[in-house]
Amino acid sequence: MIWLAWRQARAQTLIALTAVLGVAIVAFVDGRTSTMLRMWLSVLVIVVPGLLGAFWGAPLVAAELESGSFRLAWTQDVSRVRWLALRLAVSGLAGMAVAGLLSWVVTWWAGPLDRAGLDQFGSFDSRDIVPAGYAAFAFALGVLCGVQLRRTVPAMAVTLAGFTAARVAFRLLARPVLLPPVSAALALDPATTGYGSSGFLPLAPPPGLQPAAPDLPNAWVTSIGIVNGKGDGLTGSVLAGNCPGIGRGGGGGIVNPFANGSGHVSAPPGVADTMHACVARIAATYHELVTYQPASRYWPLQWEELAVFVVAALLFAVACAWRVRRIG
Amino acid sequence: MDNAIEANALGKRYRRRWALADCTLTVPAGQVAGLVGPNGAGKTTLLELAVGLLRPTTGTVTVRQRTGFVAQGAPVYADLSVADHLRMGQRLSARWDAGLAWGRVNEAGLDPRQRAGRLSGGQRAQLALTLAVARRPELLVLDEPAANLDPLARRDFLDSVTRAVAASGEGMTVVFSSHLVADLERTCGYLILLAGGQVRLAGPVDALLAADNHARSLDDLVVTYLREVPR
Repeated sequence: MIWLAWRQARAQTLIALTAVLGVAIVAFVDGRTSTMLRMWLSVLVIVVPGLLGAFWGAPLVAAELESGSFRLAWTQDVSRVRWLALRLAVSGLAGMAVAGLLSWVVTWWAGPLDRAGLDQFGSFDSRDIVPAGYAAFAFALGVLCGVQLRRTVPAMAVTLAGFTAARVAFRLLARPVLLPPVSAALALDPATTGYGSSGFLPLAPPPGLQPAAPDLPNAWVTSIGIVNGKGDGLTGSVLAGNCPGIGRGGGGGIVNPFANGSGHVSAPPGVADTMHACVARIAATYHELVTYQPASRYWPLQWEELAVFVVAALLFAVACAWRVRRIG
Repeated sequence: MDNAIEANALGKRYRRRWALADCTLTVPAGQVAGLVGPNGAGKTTLLELAVGLLRPTTGTVTVRQRTGFVAQGAPVYADLSVADHLRMGQRLSARWDAGLAWGRVNEAGLDPRQRAGRLSGGQRAQLALTLAVARRPELLVLDEPAANLDPLARRDFLDSVTRAVAASGEGMTVVFSSHLVADLERTCGYLILLAGGQVRLAGPVDALLAADNHARSLDDLVVTYLREVPR
């Protein structure tokens, strides 16, 4: 049965490995300095697991159900569960190998740029071992969708949507608290604290004091707040009480993040002095509270996230087996 | 005599429609049994229940013999070559007669390197039959194997079945379904008539013909019974 599982996975595996080799050659020839290529390679590592789920996972059972070949496979002397287990194992491990190899190539290639960037968590999803976990997850999700929907094309669409949703949800809700974040209290520095809001307009939070980002190279800062000794956040009324007229003077205006070279606009000296005094008054009772994952958490988080996605893939595989037994 | 298949109050419901209802029948071992009935009579459902592809909604079906099955339309793997299919059969079967398989492939004039997706309907049916027969089954179940074949390929295929039965030499039981009585007349000694999800008639062809003094042929007999089925 391993022979059949490999025979059915062979062509697609060789094509994918050739493609990874092609990427490696292109990247190698191009040198290791292009930030544009670094971005595209990162996108590729992020997208490939979803494609494996849609193009390898979804058809694995659904195509057999559509073509009728399951009637041939399931009337031999190999049980359906064993048939499924070996097909899942062979194609799933091949998918993990493809994603893992691609990630390894890109991690090596982008190494110098990544180290210079001091932002290892910025490329967390597209480096090292987690892409292999995403591949396992997407693949098993694809198989499960195929088993449930029994049709390849809808299963592919649902797989892509489900995988994207799972990744985004995990990134936003689970990864920041996978390991309890560390917090650090810093004095509020009047020289580097500004006022304003950041974000796109409908979703932008109300304006407030904006302390400078803490100097934590390679750490992942998950939140920056201003709290007092009791842990209460700085409210708008406290701010307005200490700084009457804040936000109504001639400030720096709106900074357009997409415009070139206009990241900083100096305020008139009078306004800057007022601001400095205001922040100093608040800093008497309030401080900056930073929560973050230290740089040393990178590898523990990689392993934990890999484990979570692989365990989820195994659960999907069990669900597939349970469903396949009941087909008919 | 042992029975190859025993069905007891067997029923299968798809959503709200009963494809097979309260079906009780036996197929004696060593017979070549034809399962006839109009389209939608429940033939495929009965056979797929027997080989374990479907699970009964009611009742039971028992098959005590080692089974080889050719599903409707003779499904194969389009991307795999003829030789790959034989390797697959060998690896997925507890018992496999490689000599028989290769002999049948050569006899049918199949190119081992040909991808199964490029075979003609007749060649594909021969490949599917080879995979089933090389398992050395005691019970061979064929679901509409000759449907969609041209008359020549149909005749070749039915002759192949007859030869395979003769060559098995161990009294292989064969059950095959068709909506064409002519397919069965040449090969079958036992007849099961299925219509409207129920068995209307079952028994050795000779006995059925002898018992019905109006019927001049198997065709007449089948048509007479089908006319009595409420629509």
